[in-house]
Amino acid sequence: MTRKPPDADDEKFTRRHALECMVWAGTGVLWTMSGGVPVARGLLGEAKAATETGFSFLQMSDSHIGFNKAANPDALATLREAVAKVKALAVKPSYIIHTGDITHLSKSSEFDNADQVFGETGLRVHYVPGEHDIIDEARGQAYLDRYGKGSKGAGWYSFDDHGVHFIGLVNVVDLKSGGLGNLGAEQLAWLADDLRDKSSSTPIVVFAHIPLYVLYEQWGWGTEDGTRALALLKRFGSVTVLNGHIHQLAQKVEGNMTFHTALSTAFPQPAPGSAPSPGPMVVPSEKLRSMLGLSSVTVRQTGTPLAIVDSTLDR
Amino acid sequence: MTPQPHHDSRPSDRNFRLAIVLAIATGLGTGVLTARQVLAATAAPAAVTIDNFTFGPANLTVPAGTTVTWTNRDDIPHSVVATDKAFRSAALDTNDSYSFTFRTAGTFAYFCGLHPHMTGKVTVTP
Repeated sequence: MTRKPPDADDEKFTRRHALECMVWAGTGVLWTMSGGVPVARGLLGEAKAATETGFSFLQMSDSHIGFNKAANPDALATLREAVAKVKALAVKPSYIIHTGDITHLSKSSEFDNADQVFGETGLRVHYVPGEHDIIDEARGQAYLDRYGKGSKGAGWYSFDDHGVHFIGLVNVVDLKSGGLGNLGAEQLAWLADDLRDKSSSTPIVVFAHIPLYVLYEQWGWGTEDGTRALALLKRFGSVTVLNGHIHQLAQKVEGNMTFHTALSTAFPQPAPGSAPSPGPMVVPSEKLRSMLGLSSVTVRQTGTPLAIVDSTLDR
Repeated sequence: MTPQPHHDSRPSDRNFRLAIVLAIATGLGTGVLTARQVLAATAAPAAVTIDNFTFGPANLTVPAGTTVTWTNRDDIPHSVVATDKAFRSAALDTNDSYSFTFRTAGTFAYFCGLHPHMTGKVTVTP
């Protein structure tokens, strides 16, 4: 495994490492929740079976359209490959949730290219911005002009589908020196209000760009006031939190909450602390597609477990 | 200037010498002042580079009037934002630069607007 920290002598086989290894091997893993504990059930075929009784949506993330450096000279081409996979799915997902960094530099041409390729899926895309999507001169206006219709503040919103309450949060705006991702008082007040009338048995899916919990503080991988959002979600029986930003899979379960970060379709980033910085990780070109991908989330009609299947571009 | 012969000073000579000393002192003073002004206007520029999500040097001390240029050498864009909002760069793509001239003394903390765990400080001396 090339991502092992050079100074990590112990061969401790953590769940994340196991998950990473399986994904690198190009397999899809079906995670289901049973009593709050994720269980790997099998491969892609079983995910399809689950889909037949429920509904599914896709999580795509970190497209970084415009990125053309050594780690991937053509991020648009790998997005096209991911979209080709979406178009080929046997069971059509309901929509795509995009967890941010659609573009690399918030340029109009980058947004245009992304829109054109995502448009080929024929699926609606629910976006939240990443920090790369709000670096236009007007600091986020370009994003809001395209995707902000019906949203509040910097682009947060919620919607209901198949009995699931979906909440898109923005944690990349107004970041404070020395800090992490930031939701802010206005958004947290909105979230409290949004959840007020929801019954605790309503399955909740929250999506935002930066992980809501602190995954690796030294690299800024976390949200300063994320615990305040999670406190508001604690009473719900099933909460699934989907994030991007770190360009690798990470899964964590805490009580009724499952946290999942998706792969990027543009370039991989190193495991926490395994490199001098979280910058784009250059891997041999024949390996790149095994480290890029997308996730399929299946919601069953009968109960709370959501199954998340991650698949890579090389299969 | 013609060298004065060595002899006992007469009052007129003393006045003359005093005038010369004063003239030299004033000239020197003015010269020093002018040199300082020139120095302030053309203080050697200073550079901060961004490598591996780190400002280097993270702490920079420069005299007032110095133009500091930040250059991003990462494959990811960064920005330079003063904590007190005194200055703010656009997003800097790879090899892009941003310059700001510090005209007043003080301590100026800054961070990256995209990755706020990246911080730095410029101390400006009078």
